[in-house]
Amino acid sequence: MIDQIRSLFVGNETLPFDVEKLADQDNLYDAGMTSFASVQIMLAIEEKFDIEFPEEMLTRRTFASLANIADAVTKLTTEAA
Amino acid sequence: MDTGTFSAKSLLDDLFDNGILFDSGVDGLYGRSGVFEEVIERFERLVTRLGAPDKATRIHFPPGMSRATLEKSGYMKSFPQLAGCVHSFMGNEREHAKLLGMMAAGEDWTELQQPTQVALTPAACYPLYPTVAARGPVPAEGLLFELSSYCFRHEPSQDPARMQLFRMREFVRIGAADQVSAFRESWLERGKAMIESLGLPCEVDLANDPFFGRGGKMMANNQRDQGLKFELLIPVTSEEKPTACLSFNYHQDHFGQTWGLQFADGSLCHSACVGFGLERVALALFRHHGPDVNAWPAAARAALWDA
Repeated sequence: MIDQIRSLFVGNETLPFDVEKLADQDNLYDAGMTSFASVQIMLAIEEKFDIEFPEEMLTRRTFASLANIADAVTKLTTEAA
Repeated sequence: MDTGTFSAKSLLDDLFDNGILFDSGVDGLYGRSGVFEEVIERFERLVTRLGAPDKATRIHFPPGMSRATLEKSGYMKSFPQLAGCVHSFMGNEREHAKLLGMMAAGEDWTELQQPTQVALTPAACYPLYPTVAARGPVPAEGLLFELSSYCFRHEPSQDPARMQLFRMREFVRIGAADQVSAFRESWLERGKAMIESLGLPCEVDLANDPFFGRGGKMMANNQRDQGLKFELLIPVTSEEKPTACLSFNYHQDHFGQTWGLQFADGSLCHSACVGFGLERVALALFRHHGPDVNAWPAAARAALWDA
């Protein structure tokens, strides 16, 4: 799943880093992801996994690393199943 | 004006009845009485006096700004629902006749208008950043500006504290992160002391901007998590939901990145602003002290009229 999430970062031109060089735990905001870029990623993830993040999960922490995002997606897809 | 109850609609009616505001037929667009304007002028003078030791450069931009500047600023990413662009008719005589025909028939004639280069200014500081960037590197001590502008936000409401066209006075600090943080801290203190000197109840609280949509929820949460925005709140139309009359915003290096605002060594500038909602402060004064300014508390009168 992490690789699927990673692939969503590849086409985003607003990100100043190469996602392939980031570890799963690396902080994406520290790497230069803006708030607006994180919104674009959020929307792309919702489309890819056919999920909707509830409001309480729309936080900086949820999108702080590839691992955090994967945890959130796992939680939502498990709940939906 | 009944100062015991709080309701947006009844406050607006009171203001009309007392000849302080005048109805225009559109929610959020009002005429202002001479005394309302006098209160705003006095309050602006108080703000300028408080900020005088900092020696800000004063610039007054018009209520319309370059549409290209608004686009580049990222405003449409965050607040597309609030923006307004100016459109004008640019057709020939044949199209003019068509326009008049459509208008007479009650049809939507506005499709015959084209967008101009002008957008309505959404906040006093938006036109500033490219103006500063064009002057070259920012000096090591940073820069400070004092701005005032009518601003537009498309949010029609019968709450008189939520106008579509209103004035905002701002101080904007551009510099290093510690310089702009110190600026914001000093205005958090000065702003609260100033409002208290006017005899108005207030509190300062963490806040967020009204970012658009679900993505906006995330932007708002980010903004709160990082403590980027504070507001000074005064009860105007509601005790439970007091009105933001001053705001204290730290933009990090958002505008530095967007406009290439940098020091001579190439490092990016941070920015922060303190904004004064002039109509909102005036409304708070009328709301709490009544329609007759001569009967206002002595302390408030002294702060506004005597100095």
